[in-house]
Amino acid sequence: MTDHTAPASAPLPRPCRLSVRSVGAGYGSGSTARAVLQDVSLDIPDGALTILVGPNGCGKSTLLKTMARILPASSGAVLLDGRPIHATPSRNVARRLAILPQGPVAPEGLTVRELVGQGRFPHQTLLRQMSRDDRRAIDAAMAAADVAQFADSPVSRLSGGQRQRCWIAMVLAQETDIILLDEPTTFLDLKVQVDLLVLLRRIAHRDGRTLVVVLHELNLAAAFADLLVMMKDGRIVAQGAVDATFTPQTLQDVFGLRARVLRDPDSGRAICAPVIDVPQAMAAQ
Amino acid sequence: MTGAALPRHGRAASVAPAAGLALLVLAFLWHISVGAKTIPLPVVARAILAYDPEIFDHLVVIDLRVPRAVSAVLVGAALSVAGALMQGVTRNPLAEPGLLGLLIGASFAVVLVVGVLDLAAPGLIPLVAAAGALAAAAVVWGIALAAPGGPAPLTLVLSGAAVSAFLGALVTIASLLDEETFDQLRVWMTGSLAGPDRAVTLWALPWLLGGLVVALGLARQMTALAMGDEVAAGLGLNVGRLKALALAAVVALTAASVAMAGPLGFVGLVVPHGVRLFAGQDYRLVLPWSAIAGAAYLLVVDVAARLVLAPVEISTGLVTALLGAPIFVWLVKRRL
Repeated sequence: MTDHTAPASAPLPRPCRLSVRSVGAGYGSGSTARAVLQDVSLDIPDGALTILVGPNGCGKSTLLKTMARILPASSGAVLLDGRPIHATPSRNVARRLAILPQGPVAPEGLTVRELVGQGRFPHQTLLRQMSRDDRRAIDAAMAAADVAQFADSPVSRLSGGQRQRCWIAMVLAQETDIILLDEPTTFLDLKVQVDLLVLLRRIAHRDGRTLVVVLHELNLAAAFADLLVMMKDGRIVAQGAVDATFTPQTLQDVFGLRARVLRDPDSGRAICAPVIDVPQAMAAQ
Repeated sequence: MTGAALPRHGRAASVAPAAGLALLVLAFLWHISVGAKTIPLPVVARAILAYDPEIFDHLVVIDLRVPRAVSAVLVGAALSVAGALMQGVTRNPLAEPGLLGLLIGASFAVVLVVGVLDLAAPGLIPLVAAAGALAAAAVVWGIALAAPGGPAPLTLVLSGAAVSAFLGALVTIASLLDEETFDQLRVWMTGSLAGPDRAVTLWALPWLLGGLVVALGLARQMTALAMGDEVAAGLGLNVGRLKALALAAVVALTAASVAMAGPLGFVGLVVPHGVRLFAGQDYRLVLPWSAIAGAAYLLVVDVAARLVLAPVEISTGLVTALLGAPIFVWLVKRRL
């Protein structure tokens, strides 16, 4: 039922199992309610890496959580396989869609294998726990995220990048076709960020899984996104392939950033270079 | 029920449930053999396995000592499981029925109903204790929620301390007004396993067993919840329902314990943290082990309560506090 063959360069639109229809969402209720998303519509292409960017507070995390049915939608609907996700039994959703929230913290002393094993939760019941299938999925996820060598170490003893890979292994162990990640690379070294995104792109392109990632780092988003979505003030301002969306004009509109978009001489990828005004006095030196 | 489904981890903990149970049985027999007159272990075993009402020692064992040992087992298991659940739900290593005011809330309600209103129907006591525990939990949580920074671990403990001090003062005032009635309640108020009321124990039993069954049934979900509300919700867990069920179990376990033995502080803190040292963080191991270890812990503590100043017996609750307070300090230093 899913089309896993789409290569990275295939033109949009593609088949999509997850779509957002005129969704509004926010926090609080009554007089303290604060709307964060307004009339957002988005189709997530299957088997591709979709990246959401936007300034702080633009609603990208809220959109991700609403798409994952962790937050309710105040209007509109999120459709998973054509059905409203908020009306679908949560465990049932969890076998098709996984989400990694921002900055998760593992309980002290929990080992990597135990953490990754939590990803099997939606596949287990009180009476049917830890099957051979579960163990295979856990081993495969740890291998894919390259954390198998830490399997029996406590998560809290690992470095930031290793820890983040453990959490990614946990959502991989969930074996869902759709995976949503909220800023998985924050606070990591650039090299570690690149490694993680290479891993995520491989999961999308080689394994045919659908990834939606909220990212902070614009140049990394431009380098890896199949579909780039730019948000501002709770709305989607631009969406499409990087070449179409990653322009000086949108960077100015969305981030208020004056930047030039250059091309990497080897790969041809877009890179943004902020225009920095040098004060006259310093320029004269 | 959960015991059969424990995952085979590489940890030492999963190797030794049988050893744990064996230790529990030993502690149980030792608890029975100790007393005003020491009864040798073989006699204790014979009294239980081949009871002969003609033998005086058998009468002592079955009529006097076994009920107290059974109470220690039940209350120790209940308070430890309640503490482990509270630590999991609040993600607060200091959460425990005593420190967060549930014990004193339950005790205050019982004192109010039994001592002041003079209603002593045994079936009523666990219910009254549950209402008191729930009300105290709500007040403590409400105060911590209103505090700057929200319900952080130490804020919750401070809020629990304030509520405990307040209710403790009210209990003292009530006891001064009616010394006669409170002579009976005084020992109970310090937490004591001496002379458990059989009728109250029978009425508390359904609460206690119900709480244990619910708690063990939630074990798998508790581990997922420990990753945070959002991760748990993403895994398909109904976080609100899980927390409500866990709270219900905690209240039932606390109420049953207080009805049977009064407020025994720190048991729910000491035992789960001890268990985590060898069983790890998975609640499928932590909860059953807390039940076993909690039962054994309270048996040993109760032996100490009777032996240390023999022939004078001190309240079990005083010993749990003497042992628990230093461990509390150690936890604050290490985990916060």
